Amino acid sequence: MRERRLPVIRGTEAWLIVVIALMVLFLGLATDTFLTVSNLFNLLNVSAINLIFAVGLLAVLVAGGIDISFAVAASVVQYLTALAVEQLGGGSWALGFALAAGFGFCLGAINAGLIHYFRIISIVVTIATFNVFFGFLMFFTRGVSIYDLPDWWLDRVILFETQTASGLFAEIRLPVAVMAVMVLLSWVLIHRLNIGRQLYALGDNPDGARRIGINIAAMHFVAYGWLGICAGIGGLMQANYVQEVVPNALYGRELEVLAAVVLGGARLGGGRGTVLGAVLGVALITITSNGLNLLGVTPYAFQMVIGLVILVAIIATNLQSSGLLGQRRRVRS
Amino acid sequence: MSDAAQLQTASAARPLVLQLKRISKSFGGVRALRDVDFEIAQGEICCLAGENGSGKSTLIKIITGVHRPDGAAEILFGGRRLGALTPVTARQLGVQVIWQDLSLFPHLTVAENIGFEQNLGHRPRWARRGAFRAVAQGVLDRLGLRLPLDTPVMDLAIAQRQVVAICRALATDPKVLFMDEPTASLTKAETDALLDVVRKLARDGIAVVFVSHRLAEVLEISERVTVLRDGAKVGDFDSEGMTQRRLTELMTGATFDDEVHARDRHDAPIVLQTDGLTRRGEYEDVSITIRQGEVLGLTGLLGAGRTELAATLFGLTQPDSGSFSLGGQRMSFASNRDAIEAGISYVPEDRLSLGLVQPQSIADNIVAPVLKRIMGAGGLIDRRTKDRLVGHWIDRLAIKVGKPDDAVSMLSGGNQQRVVLAKWLATEPKLMILDAPTVGVDVGARAAIFEIVRGLAEAGMAILLISDEIPEVYFNADRVLHMRDGRIVGEYRPRETSMTALEAAVHA
Amino acid sequence: MRDGWNRLGRILDGRQVEIVGLAAVLVLVLVAFGVTTPRFLTLGTFQSMAFQLPELGLLTLAMLIPILSGGLNLAVTFSANICALVLAWTLQTFGGPDAGVFAFALGVGLALLTGFVIGTVMGLIVAFLGAHPILVSLSMMIFLRGVGELITRGGDISGFPAFVTTLGHGTVAAIPVPLIIFVIVAFAVHIVLTRTRLGFATHMLGSNIEATRYSGINTKLSLTLVYSLSGVIAAVAGIIMLSRFNSVRIGHGEAYLLITVLACFLGGVDPFGGFGRTVSVVLALIILQAISSGLNLMGANQHLATGLWGAFLIAVMVVRWGLGRWRAARASAASASPRAPPKSQTTKETAR
Repeated sequence: MRERRLPVIRGTEAWLIVVIALMVLFLGLATDTFLTVSNLFNLLNVSAINLIFAVGLLAVLVAGGIDISFAVAASVVQYLTALAVEQLGGGSWALGFALAAGFGFCLGAINAGLIHYFRIISIVVTIATFNVFFGFLMFFTRGVSIYDLPDWWLDRVILFETQTASGLFAEIRLPVAVMAVMVLLSWVLIHRLNIGRQLYALGDNPDGARRIGINIAAMHFVAYGWLGICAGIGGLMQANYVQEVVPNALYGRELEVLAAVVLGGARLGGGRGTVLGAVLGVALITITSNGLNLLGVTPYAFQMVIGLVILVAIIATNLQSSGLLGQRRRVRS
Repeated sequence: MSDAAQLQTASAARPLVLQLKRISKSFGGVRALRDVDFEIAQGEICCLAGENGSGKSTLIKIITGVHRPDGAAEILFGGRRLGALTPVTARQLGVQVIWQDLSLFPHLTVAENIGFEQNLGHRPRWARRGAFRAVAQGVLDRLGLRLPLDTPVMDLAIAQRQVVAICRALATDPKVLFMDEPTASLTKAETDALLDVVRKLARDGIAVVFVSHRLAEVLEISERVTVLRDGAKVGDFDSEGMTQRRLTELMTGATFDDEVHARDRHDAPIVLQTDGLTRRGEYEDVSITIRQGEVLGLTGLLGAGRTELAATLFGLTQPDSGSFSLGGQRMSFASNRDAIEAGISYVPEDRLSLGLVQPQSIADNIVAPVLKRIMGAGGLIDRRTKDRLVGHWIDRLAIKVGKPDDAVSMLSGGNQQRVVLAKWLATEPKLMILDAPTVGVDVGARAAIFEIVRGLAEAGMAILLISDEIPEVYFNADRVLHMRDGRIVGEYRPRETSMTALEAAVHA
Repeated sequence: MRDGWNRLGRILDGRQVEIVGLAAVLVLVLVAFGVTTPRFLTLGTFQSMAFQLPELGLLTLAMLIPILSGGLNLAVTFSANICALVLAWTLQTFGGPDAGVFAFALGVGLALLTGFVIGTVMGLIVAFLGAHPILVSLSMMIFLRGVGELITRGGDISGFPAFVTTLGHGTVAAIPVPLIIFVIVAFAVHIVLTRTRLGFATHMLGSNIEATRYSGINTKLSLTLVYSLSGVIAAVAGIIMLSRFNSVRIGHGEAYLLITVLACFLGGVDPFGGFGRTVSVVLALIILQAISSGLNLMGANQHLATGLWGAFLIAVMVVRWGLGRWRAARASAASASPRAPPKSQTTKETAR
């Protein structure tokens, strides 16, 4: 018996890899800009924040929940962090991360508490908190953006740069490294720790999870809290990326990320989904819009194509499972 | 049997694992349990028998710490008196339950399910694949069984899932193991294998409490039967010398006569005739006839193709070849709507998820197949017609309801099954297919359901009664067909065959 | 005393509790604003409420039916935009400001047809492929927004004949025209849901689609029609929005999307599907509108109202939770059988 085995990639993930590979191949041939260092670095920079959100959301989806509020929660965290570091006299990256993660966790914990202690289902809770977070944020900030963030926060930390043939600098910025860390941590949490197995179990069979003695309350706080932390840190990075804090900048991002994660094979209802899938889902959407851009398609058409891509993907994956392709389930074994 | 007898003699010497004294439990004003004593010794196999609502599940929930008993109750574990029992302490003491629904995690692998206990707690720990596999392999080796460790549980057959659930309980080294209806969805061979495993566990010193509706098994496996009725203990009885009939009487407090009801219907007009009906991988070359007023039994092991055949007759699937006719007319159904239109009704085996729309009202469930009949002016539902129709069927089948607007899920299993019958009778069918109509129905209520069914046959309806409980078809059907591997392999007439002969043929 | 408790118990147990409760909350909100804001209890306020309510109201009705069927239609707002765009395009083809009533009628017809087609496509995917409605409607939303952006290039489309504004701003016997349209649609939805086969099927399949199919109901057709109907109602909402703003812009009413879901839940619609009443949802809408209008009069902006709406939904859900526990305690005290309650709905959610 082999002790170590390569993880088997199957189902949606395998399918996505094929599609992405085909797209990369096509774009590589059709454009001379796609497969350049600067474009690939650009892809990473552009998708970093959505990836941070996506792996956080995955934890909630795996546990059988859904969260609509995390993107506006990220905006709330941006403001709270900005206010706090101002109070604390400037702060630093370390403080910024700690505060963003802390505030994010608290907002996630509000969701978890309402879901667990009052037995309200997650979509109702998070639609309510979505409105609470966003409404009060816009009310108290009067919709005013913050431009005078502390220097450390606005500092474009460049982790790696290289001069391309055209003389331009291609660079990888801080959000990418943070994204890598968050993806890794999520992977550890969801796939490598006992907690992750319990999250799957909870999403898979809530009654069974209760009976076997899983601490359901703890799992809710882990899932929504982790998404909160990811949202907070994603918010911190988004402000660094766009160099300002705009209260409604992330409004609407929740559905975009949700679509990407579910595209990546996470099941609404729980029990299924992988970090790899979530990353691939975001990658597919990012590469699609990047490719359209490079092909010279008008930006106005991007959303339409992305919507179509997801729609086709849903139809394709469900055609397989619905048995309309003529497979017959063998009842007898 | 000699095996059981051997254990019996040893029982006196075995120390008691668990003793429950004066257990009472009230919910609101209702007493679910009254002064029940229960005890079990190391290595003993005991059976807890009683109808739905007799207090079995409340008792299990008290032992597993889900509910707290009232008043002067006393729980002793290994002779030591316990204070408050919580689910966690119960597990730590070694009380494990295998629930009827198994409570497994379908998307997790076999190894992960079996080794799940290692995952518990919210202090972060590595979940190592190797550790799971080791735990799982250890338990499987102990039972001398094999399972694919890395397969998600959802890809396993039901019997294998049952084994996974047992392994998961064993992985925690339990002292007392409760098994709630473990054989409900197993075939005879699988059940036998399971009972062997249970005996093996008992030899290893585990106390096993078996909860089952199937009285034959109860008597076969257990040394002692504890009977509960209406929340009170009727008594402890030695399994040896106990008969099924006596046990039924103890559980229900009523006496039942099993008698063969078969009549000869061979000159009545044919209602349904199938001719070489085949659906590849499901059933093959099925040619049967059912006559007016006839109850045709169809039995065979789980997976013999019975339910699949019913699905085709009800228009849910289409045959690959062969044909069937209803009342002499050749039929071809695109969907079950055509079948209903033609006069075929189907009471599915799975009442909870297919037979009824559980959370919806009794009234809506009854009118669902006959919406056309309650349409009034302008294509709108006529409430008065609806109420009349619903009232008629509730009366006719003596369904005990509070209000027709109550959710079906609030009814007992027996009354739910009456609602299912009512909804199909409202369509005035020529042929009624009943697929395992008594699963989850009390012994007492079963007799009432068969009385209704026989009444319908008497009134001229053709009935196809599918069941893997041989006594059920033997006593109630006019003819019994035996299906194996998708083919009809035998026909029996209850008046000309003994039940033992039929059982022998089916289980051969 | 005991008698009083019993009577209260009967009310709280009854089917009308949602409506009674929501009506009480509405009265409370009206009184509170009436006391604090002198200008609140005037005809003008109610008229302005009556002009604003229909947009959100129609979109909520478009959301209600899919939720009852156990799904969700996240594409309602952009469906409304696209349908409005179809109407605008028809009007422009027939001369923009000079277009006649016929062109308008044609445009309305085409807009409704567009809504029907959009809904039907979603319905077909949900019903025949079993894809998750959230996902299907979400991708349809992204797609429609993209189509709209491509057509309008992010700009406004305006220049409609003068009579179009009557639809958005006119009154009949002091009752705003949009409100009349909303009431008609709400009544129609109520009738469809309570008295027709489609409505019956919607509730049943919202609870358990397989069992409904076994009962001989054409679940695939019904589920498809649920989304078709949702699309048509969204189209009506789009037409009203066009006439209210006298222009079409992709993203008009976008902020309403999650509010429509909120309004449904507030109105007691079961998030898992199968249960919910149009009347309660309309009451919930009036409460939301009253809060928003009242705050507006007090000088606060819409965002505060949005935040309070969310807080209000949480409060209502917590009250419902308390009421549910109380009822369960009562039921187990009153029931003659110690049987455990039926399995919780969590199982059902997983099954989807």
